[in-house]
Amino acid sequence: MCGIAGIIHKGKSTNVGGEMQKMLQSLKHRGPDSTGYALYGNGESNNYILRFKVGENVKEGSSAVMEDPSVYQERIDQVNEKISNAGASIKKEEKITPYSYRYVISYDGDLLDLAKQIESVEMTEILSLGKSLELIKDIGDASVVADQYDLGDFAGTHGIGHTRMATESGVDIRSAHPYWAYPFSDVSVVHNGQLTNYWNNRRALEKKGMRFMSTCDSELIAVYLANKIRNGVELEEAMKGSLEDLDGVFTYLVATKDKLGMAKDHMAAKPMVLYESDDLVALASEEVAIRTVLPEEIDTYDPYEGEVKVWQA
Amino acid sequence: MASIKKHKSTEMGLHDEVLTGRTQQVFFNSEEGENFFYHDAHEVDFNKRTEIDANNLECIDINRKINELMAEGYGTIVIKNPGSKHSIGVGILNKLNLIVEGSLGYFGIGSVDGPVVRISGRVGWSCAENMMAGKVVVEKNAGSCFGAAIRGGDLICKGSVGARSGIDMKGGTIIVGGDAGAFTGFMMQRGRIVILGDVGPNLGDSLYDGTIFVAGSIKSLGADAVEAELTDLDISWLKRKIKVAEIDKKIDYKKITKIVSGKKLWNYDNLEPTERKGAI
Repeated sequence: MCGIAGIIHKGKSTNVGGEMQKMLQSLKHRGPDSTGYALYGNGESNNYILRFKVGENVKEGSSAVMEDPSVYQERIDQVNEKISNAGASIKKEEKITPYSYRYVISYDGDLLDLAKQIESVEMTEILSLGKSLELIKDIGDASVVADQYDLGDFAGTHGIGHTRMATESGVDIRSAHPYWAYPFSDVSVVHNGQLTNYWNNRRALEKKGMRFMSTCDSELIAVYLANKIRNGVELEEAMKGSLEDLDGVFTYLVATKDKLGMAKDHMAAKPMVLYESDDLVALASEEVAIRTVLPEEIDTYDPYEGEVKVWQA
Repeated sequence: MASIKKHKSTEMGLHDEVLTGRTQQVFFNSEEGENFFYHDAHEVDFNKRTEIDANNLECIDINRKINELMAEGYGTIVIKNPGSKHSIGVGILNKLNLIVEGSLGYFGIGSVDGPVVRISGRVGWSCAENMMAGKVVVEKNAGSCFGAAIRGGDLICKGSVGARSGIDMKGGTIIVGGDAGAFTGFMMQRGRIVILGDVGPNLGDSLYDGTIFVAGSIKSLGADAVEAELTDLDISWLKRKIKVAEIDKKIDYKKITKIVSGKKLWNYDNLEPTERKGAI
């Protein structure tokens, strides 16, 4: 089923981490397996913020990764070396969990080159690389993940998030949303639905040099949009194109450093409730999520089939 | 997908909506009426009024409270601070004035038989699903599947509704003051839908029977949905119903489009697939 939510404040920064936590926690019943946040903060000067993991948080089941935590340090050492070799310098280094890190790095080269270097280290995946985007995802509900990653006080203009009920792939971090639109800084996607032409599109995009980290159909949307942006297509046009090129039933949210957009397939089979005022736009799979940040009576509506909307922060 | 064109149905006006072909109909003997009762139905007094503050209650607690109050004879219940919670007001099987001061989430007022419900806010997906009798009025917008599979009663949304309103509808009336989304009246089997605004693509797709009236534009018709002649009887019925629905909107009744089933789909004949292809 899955739940998605997003909020964007027009022209001001607020406690977007706390707001997203409340919205996503109220959608826990739509997907308790994992939770992810793509939060757009105030940045670290002109440096990049790199969120990545060097291991998986799966301790049981068929996809369990029973690694000795000591391998994480070996991988971190390798990542640091790769970053240095790529011509970047680490300004700040934070270990959030044994396998998850947040770096602030100074870099003026090609992001794809840097990303490829970092991800050449075993089990290492970049969750996000951008100047305002910080993408956090892990197993557990919204409060568990927010507490673990200290997101309650995160200040920013906008964010999107996802509560996942695993259907198409395993319960692990790599299959959790949001997805970063690799290798474009500050672009992230969350999705509710099923894509039925995943493999056709994936094969075509891989031939064009695009990279997939999971077998989750939702990742296709991020990669699809990244490929369009790479070819100079504007975000809104790329989203409109996705309604024709992607088969299935879906509603998805996409965010960039200063925009938030939504798209709904032609069948309108997946829910989305929308509230818009002069100050903010909030949208979610269920109105009950919006009401956690706007408890007063508000006028909301369901966007119609085939609708694409984009808002500016 | 059929495009909208002037195609006159073989059955004009308010027809009897009798299903034909393979469909089997079972009629109950009216003399057995006394055998039909709900053991959860209550005798209530409309003059006995009370309130429920839903602020810190789960939906199961709210519904239990409604049931307890009806058992005590309360006939008018006001729900305050519903907070868009899901499944509020379901399974009410007797007459009741239910007033919701705010918005409901998904599956509100489902499977009811008899109450009059007024919701001052919005409703989420599948409002009044399986309603058998009664009246539900939504003052603002509604989500998708509004009035899914209703058997009877009047369901009114003064704002706009999402996709698939009246899906699988088997009776009753749905009136929408604003616009409606795709697949309105999808697989509808009986009853009437009135849309006073514009309607999205695939209107009345695969409808077996029933009638859809649209005052605004229609993006496209679904499979087997055809336009029929609007009669004076239709206009008279529409005027009456819209007045009862308390929708204050200027309507040019003569420009309303009436959509019915073309009755060319599989269930209307006993033809083999190859024969049917030729018939269509």
